[in-house]
Amino acid sequence: MFGDYSLGDLGSIFVMQGFAGLILFSVYVLMALGLAIIFGQMGVINMAHGEFMILGAYVTWMTSNFFQSYLPSLFSGYFFLAMILAFVASGALGMLVEWVLIRHLYKRPLDTLLATWGLSLILQQAYRSVFGAREVGVELPQWMLGSLHVSDSIEVPINGVFVMCLTVLITVAVAYVMYKSRWGRQVRAVVQNRIMAGAVGINTEKVDRYTFGLGCGIAGVAGSAFTMIGSTGPTSGQLYIVDTFLVVVFGGAASLIGTIASAFSISQTQSTLEFFLSGSMAKVLTLLAVVGILMLRPQGLFALKVRK
Amino acid sequence: MLAVHKFEPSSRTNRVSSNQSGVLMSDEANKGLLSPLRRKLLMGMAAVPAITMLPRASFAQAPATSAVNTTGLAVTDTEVTVGILHSATGTMAISETGSIEAEKLAIEQINAMGGVLGRKIKFIQEDGASDWPTFAEKAKKLLVNDKVAAIMGCWTSASRKAVLPVMEQYNGMLYYPTFYEGLEQSKNVIYTGQEATQQILAGLNWIAKEKGAKSFFFVGSDYIWPRTSNKIARKHVENVLKGKVVGEEYYPLGNTQFNSVINKIKLTKPDVIFTDVVGGSNVAFYKQLKAAGIDLSKQALLTISVTEDEIDGIGGENIAGAYACMKYFQSLDNPNNKTFVPAFKKMWGEKTVIGDVTQAAYLGPWLWKLTAEKAGSFDVDKIAAASPGVEFKGAPEGYVRIHENHHLWSKTRVGRAKLDGQFELIFETADFVEPDPFPKGYQ
Repeated sequence: MFGDYSLGDLGSIFVMQGFAGLILFSVYVLMALGLAIIFGQMGVINMAHGEFMILGAYVTWMTSNFFQSYLPSLFSGYFFLAMILAFVASGALGMLVEWVLIRHLYKRPLDTLLATWGLSLILQQAYRSVFGAREVGVELPQWMLGSLHVSDSIEVPINGVFVMCLTVLITVAVAYVMYKSRWGRQVRAVVQNRIMAGAVGINTEKVDRYTFGLGCGIAGVAGSAFTMIGSTGPTSGQLYIVDTFLVVVFGGAASLIGTIASAFSISQTQSTLEFFLSGSMAKVLTLLAVVGILMLRPQGLFALKVRK
Repeated sequence: MLAVHKFEPSSRTNRVSSNQSGVLMSDEANKGLLSPLRRKLLMGMAAVPAITMLPRASFAQAPATSAVNTTGLAVTDTEVTVGILHSATGTMAISETGSIEAEKLAIEQINAMGGVLGRKIKFIQEDGASDWPTFAEKAKKLLVNDKVAAIMGCWTSASRKAVLPVMEQYNGMLYYPTFYEGLEQSKNVIYTGQEATQQILAGLNWIAKEKGAKSFFFVGSDYIWPRTSNKIARKHVENVLKGKVVGEEYYPLGNTQFNSVINKIKLTKPDVIFTDVVGGSNVAFYKQLKAAGIDLSKQALLTISVTEDEIDGIGGENIAGAYACMKYFQSLDNPNNKTFVPAFKKMWGEKTVIGDVTQAAYLGPWLWKLTAEKAGSFDVDKIAAASPGVEFKGAPEGYVRIHENHHLWSKTRVGRAKLDGQFELIFETADFVEPDPFPKGYQ
């Protein structure tokens, strides 16, 4: 298929394709991070993860509308505020959900699957009733549109770069919180042994609530960022949920490094195959590869070494 | 043509003639009699062609129920029941909401003009919930329990395929609004949207002529409609236009990452990108196209899947400059549309947009009414037999007529997306395009 193209063309296409892979990688990491905390650390199978993302997207949409109507002069910077609000809104909803629903189910992890699936349906219908069944278009400030012109044939999408930076930032922040801070130690202690953690004076209920809230909040930020590249509608969250679980499970549920490694391998496989085959075939082959590897390594790419 | 309206049905009988031709509304003649408010209402109602508005007094002249209903349908002396069957919940609610709205508007307008054969239309709405077996089950419920005279419904081909055996088994009448892939024809279905050849060929001809396009890149969602449509488009490009298809790519429904295919498009530099990506993927596709620096004012893109409804989600700034090929745009400049659009917005809100399928859904109740009046009966067999030749001159798209094969003759139009989310009409076929659901040479 390369016969007709000049070397220069090919070179720039490989660069572009590399970027495409990196952008997909960032998207995967961003959407999987929240779930890696909730599913990986807490063991809650959160099927409503996509809906928490979409809440973030709707918050972004509302912020954008608000700025357009009342503060048009500050419109170019609204996105940063929108992401913070998205984090707060999704996090708050997450904490509420944890308090009402999830905390009763820690001993029955499989039931969280059903409960959160039901929650996702409720949230979808709530979005539909509040925001309407149609998709909404989030208007972006001018500087976030278009691409950086590197050479005649190499263009780097600005929103892609933005998502990449955001992903790096959030990943570093999460890694710091989980592995360096006192609170992160508490979280890990609770995950490893709830009863002992309680016995040494950790308020496990509080830790659970904030951990769940943090995961949902990150989902909200991801949803906010995805308004740049995807759709915002009541059911848009469903578009992400399968890939999200795929990344987390493949990476090894309890490992942050695993999530990143798995996002990287899945995205690179996917985007390379997409280029040489068609989109649907790429998806099929990627899924087959993941299934195959998981059969050989059921615990995922990276697993915590724990005494059984 | 008549001009009576529902507010004073008994006192006014200025029915001029009961022709079916739906002549333009002559509210000039009534000007003096009407207060400004009433005039406004009347103008709203002029959205519809004036057929026979039957004042209350004339209900006595309405044909007897035993005469218009010999098959046990839900028809009384004053009412006839139809079903509305769309997804009000689930993934497809995004698309089907507009159809529900249009059908309700049409029914209300028909009732305001006196109904059908002297009977008001009552509707029972069922929710297909974006789930194909549910569609079949609800269709059966509407036909068997509710005995509806007709069903306005379905949107995706999958839902239609699920409902079709039910319609045929229990002998119902379905008015199906979506543009679709063709390869189907049933006594029990009237297809008010365009089939694939109607929609695609004229658009390809136009862009080949206008832009001198020779190379085409196809991108679609991976299911029956895009695949069939692209098959037809490919045959046309290769055999008729003597052009070349330089790429044909499909992505799973709901896919949100298109960077790889966009790179391929950049590499192959096609004259035209031809797309039938649907749903949420659409939004991702156009946003990423724009982000990748493909400028639609320079790169020609022809889509058959983006209506005003989709642009709401995509954002006008992401798709401005793209060409869409279908039969209706909200911005069409004709007298019917100029009354239809305000009436629709009055009922459903100023911000609502009206896409191709919404308009096609609006045709359903009207075509059914006209057919019932032509047949003098609600019986499904008589409706099916009377359908060919029925014409609706009040259609917002201008004019439609039902073909022998139960599809509609309609014009094909090309519009160019503008920043405000509307289309500017660029081209329309001079003649009505014949529906050809089983195109020879395109299989």
